Amino acid sequence: MIRTMQRSGAALLLSVVALLAAPAHADSGWGLLNMPVGVTELSKKIYGLHMMIFWWCVAIGVFVFGWMIWAIVAFRKSRGAVADTAMVHSTKAEIIWTLIPVAILVVMTVPAARVLIDIEDARNTELTVKVTGYQWKWQYEYLGTGVGYYSTLGRESNAARELQSGIDPRTVPNYLLDVDQPLVVPAGTKVRLLITAQDVIHAWWVPDFGMKKDAIPGYVNEMWIKVDTDKTGRYRGQCAELCGRDHGFMPIVVDVMSKPDFEDWLTARKAAVKQAAATTAATPSIS
Amino acid sequence: MATHAHAAAHDDHDHKPHGWRRWVFSTNHKDIGTMYLVFACTMFFVGGSMALVIRAELFQPGLQFVDPQFFNSMTAMHALVMIFGAIMPAWVGLANWLIPMQIGAPDMALPRLNNLSFWILPFAFVILLGTLFVPGGAPAGGWTMYPPLALQSGDSFPMMIFAVHLMGISSVLGAINVVVTVMNMRAPGMNLLKMPLFVWTWLITAYLLVAVMPVLAGAVTMLLTDHFFGTSFFAASGGGDPVMFQHIFWFFGHPEVYIMILPAFGVVSEIIPTFSRKPLFGYESMVYATAAIGFLSFIVWAHHMFTVGMPLAGQLFFMLATMLISVPTGVKVFNWCATMTKGSLSFEPPMLFALAFLFLFTIGGFSGLMLAIVPADFQYQDTYFVVAHFHYVLVPGSLFAIIGAVYYWLPKWVGRMYDQKLATWHFWLSAIFVNVLFFPQHFLGLAGMPRRIPDYATQFADWNMVSSIGAFGFGFSQLLLPYIILKCVRSGAKASDRVWDGAHGLEWELPSPAPFHSWETPPSAAVIARGAEH
Amino acid sequence: MTAPREALRRANASLTAKLGLMTLGSFAFGFALVPLYDVLCAVTGFGDQKALARAAEVAPQVADESRTVTVEFVAELPNVGSWEFRPVLTSMQVHPGKLYETEFVAKNLTGHDTIAQAVPSIAPGNVAGYFHKTECFCFTPQKFLKDEERVLPVRFIVDRALPKHLDRITLAYTFYDQSIRVGQR
Repeated sequence: MIRTMQRSGAALLLSVVALLAAPAHADSGWGLLNMPVGVTELSKKIYGLHMMIFWWCVAIGVFVFGWMIWAIVAFRKSRGAVADTAMVHSTKAEIIWTLIPVAILVVMTVPAARVLIDIEDARNTELTVKVTGYQWKWQYEYLGTGVGYYSTLGRESNAARELQSGIDPRTVPNYLLDVDQPLVVPAGTKVRLLITAQDVIHAWWVPDFGMKKDAIPGYVNEMWIKVDTDKTGRYRGQCAELCGRDHGFMPIVVDVMSKPDFEDWLTARKAAVKQAAATTAATPSIS
Repeated sequence: MATHAHAAAHDDHDHKPHGWRRWVFSTNHKDIGTMYLVFACTMFFVGGSMALVIRAELFQPGLQFVDPQFFNSMTAMHALVMIFGAIMPAWVGLANWLIPMQIGAPDMALPRLNNLSFWILPFAFVILLGTLFVPGGAPAGGWTMYPPLALQSGDSFPMMIFAVHLMGISSVLGAINVVVTVMNMRAPGMNLLKMPLFVWTWLITAYLLVAVMPVLAGAVTMLLTDHFFGTSFFAASGGGDPVMFQHIFWFFGHPEVYIMILPAFGVVSEIIPTFSRKPLFGYESMVYATAAIGFLSFIVWAHHMFTVGMPLAGQLFFMLATMLISVPTGVKVFNWCATMTKGSLSFEPPMLFALAFLFLFTIGGFSGLMLAIVPADFQYQDTYFVVAHFHYVLVPGSLFAIIGAVYYWLPKWVGRMYDQKLATWHFWLSAIFVNVLFFPQHFLGLAGMPRRIPDYATQFADWNMVSSIGAFGFGFSQLLLPYIILKCVRSGAKASDRVWDGAHGLEWELPSPAPFHSWETPPSAAVIARGAEH
Repeated sequence: MTAPREALRRANASLTAKLGLMTLGSFAFGFALVPLYDVLCAVTGFGDQKALARAAEVAPQVADESRTVTVEFVAELPNVGSWEFRPVLTSMQVHPGKLYETEFVAKNLTGHDTIAQAVPSIAPGNVAGYFHKTECFCFTPQKFLKDEERVLPVRFIVDRALPKHLDRITLAYTFYDQSIRVGQR
């Protein structure tokens, strides 16, 4: 039994060390042990909460597991331990180990409530994008601009993910996390996402943005993101609510651009929409 | 005359029907308990095979073996089979075997109902497993059956609903029987606060069952009418709300979680004192803690659905209520630790499983605490972190307690001792592989792998491989359990009446094997007093 | 022996009956959760989105000119291609307490006469209690002839009590026609 304890203890310690040592995003999968810190105002706060509660658990764990191991090691019959059958009750001890956890809980709750209030504060958003989930793709519409498009699984991933496709997923860049047209948002800007769905419930989630939100048909949910100005780049996520056969194959890719780059992109997109409209108007509709 | 009477009494005492009638028409709590346990064990391997299909597909990135739709069926069916087919029937089986013997009653209060509630189950599962063979395949919308997705199922849909109804009826009947037995059938002198904790936890579980299983029945009935009769309880187009289903479902679903774990608390509270050779520490606070957990389980349901969009007040309330559950749970863990402190510990197989429960359930508790923190849950929700969490509380939690219970009471049931060395092997293989299987899933979830996906991005490959290896190791190790039991029944050495030197309780006052009819004459006050030294 | 046995039998029957009643009660409670859910939503300000589909009776309010809130309008179509449905204005600047009117346009492209129902939703959800509509095409199912195009008005007041931390509201309509399922629960 000592061996169990040593092993469990060692495993716990190892995982703690591993969690500490882990870089947020290593290329090899072995190093992927913890939540990404993320690139938004909120994601960092959420990561901070996650680590705070994790350390609380480690601290409580050291105490509880320590007690268990001590009891198992110290009071073994094989070593001649004799049971103290009179030790059956202690009101004082029981009150202590009821009140201390309550106190710890209160300490945990306060920062969590604070972050929740921050999340609720959706004032002063500068851009609204409507995100609509379909089986099995996403649609992004920039409200008030006429710009909108679908975003589906990238072609290479789509070929490789067929049953017994014969294609090694490891040879496909960003396997299952690649799309034809990513969502584009500006960095350093508070962007409001209106999340809904047309068929079944989906959930929109990019781990680096710190949160997910359900996309519910007939209802509109709200969430905001503000990516740090210096964190332009490409971020990836997935649908996070079971939505049928291809639930695993509707990824989310977000291109975060600098504000001027984004303005250029949006202007070009608007122009394209206008041109397309002009062409449709010129040719009588066939369909 | 005297000899005749004695012969008659003796005959009565040992009289059991023979052949198939003994089982099909059984009204004997021990036989029904055995049938429940055999059924649960069978379903455990059926559900386990489904888990192995899942883990085989996830062994490597890319789809190698199954279509995504079938994969989704496997995740949904694995959950339904394990929850309603393995864990719950196993607990009812243990209740049947143990409660009458532990409270000094000759049988369950409602023996014919008992027969009915068992025999509903095989039919329910023939229907449920039958969905695998109908057009459109088995239910693939998760065991939670969220609409609108669940409404997209094919022919399996009404079958699943019907099966859920049957399982619900079966467990409610079982629960009613437990309540009536415990309230009315206790031997004179066996007052409530003398009952073993297994009986207490089951009593509270039974009340939970009566309160929430019908709510599930209501929820799935509404799904059914939405699908076939044009109602719109959960369809926005008709003025309904799909999120409402989630509220109703989890109003059932969260107490359901405790239905599966409370009896485990009871079992552990029996095993640890026996092998510590010391009465349970804080018996009364254990009872109150169980009741508190049962109560709190009704007001935390929305923590399963923080991402649906909820007002701040709701989020705060459900976060606080959820965290509060850790207080009575903590009391229990501390009481178990205190029971071992200054004891005289030995490590037979039941104790090993109880100790693994103590360690690993606590880990599941920690991840549960993390999940309660709403903002962090926005990240954890629907990832493998959640999968790791609930498997830690259900596998090394409920399942290990069930296995521990079997190893604890088996010699009493069959009158023979099992191969303890082999059972110790079973323990070590289970305890190691269960961690290999589930611990890496924490990493996967935190790193961003959603649950219920048949294929994943390549950076998740390494830990998935480890997890799959653990799954196969764990799954095949479990074959030892039926082997050990069969070997024990056939050729185990004769067990003594008390079996374990530290065992207390009325069941140990009976001979081994426990006679077909026990406590036909209620135990005397002295016997009760000796048994109730908890 | 028979007397106590008879008493036990009776006690068992009575407790069983009580538990049976409890079971029935729980089953009924499952259904009672449906109206309770709406009540709870309304009481907690959880976002009683169903209230959006009913005409609100609001006492006239004095407009709060010092505060401006953006209201966005969104049109959703589950059956792409068989309808045209869009807001005339995509957003408006409004003062809480003042009555405004805006319009949506719907055109039936299904190729036959039909009935359609718009289902409203609002984001953030807890605004529902502060968004009053005195008139809306979503209150009743709408008849549409083949190829008919109609302008559908909405009249609304944003309550002065709207929490201070909100400056933007989205009102969305999802347009369902008979082919899906129309009518109230």
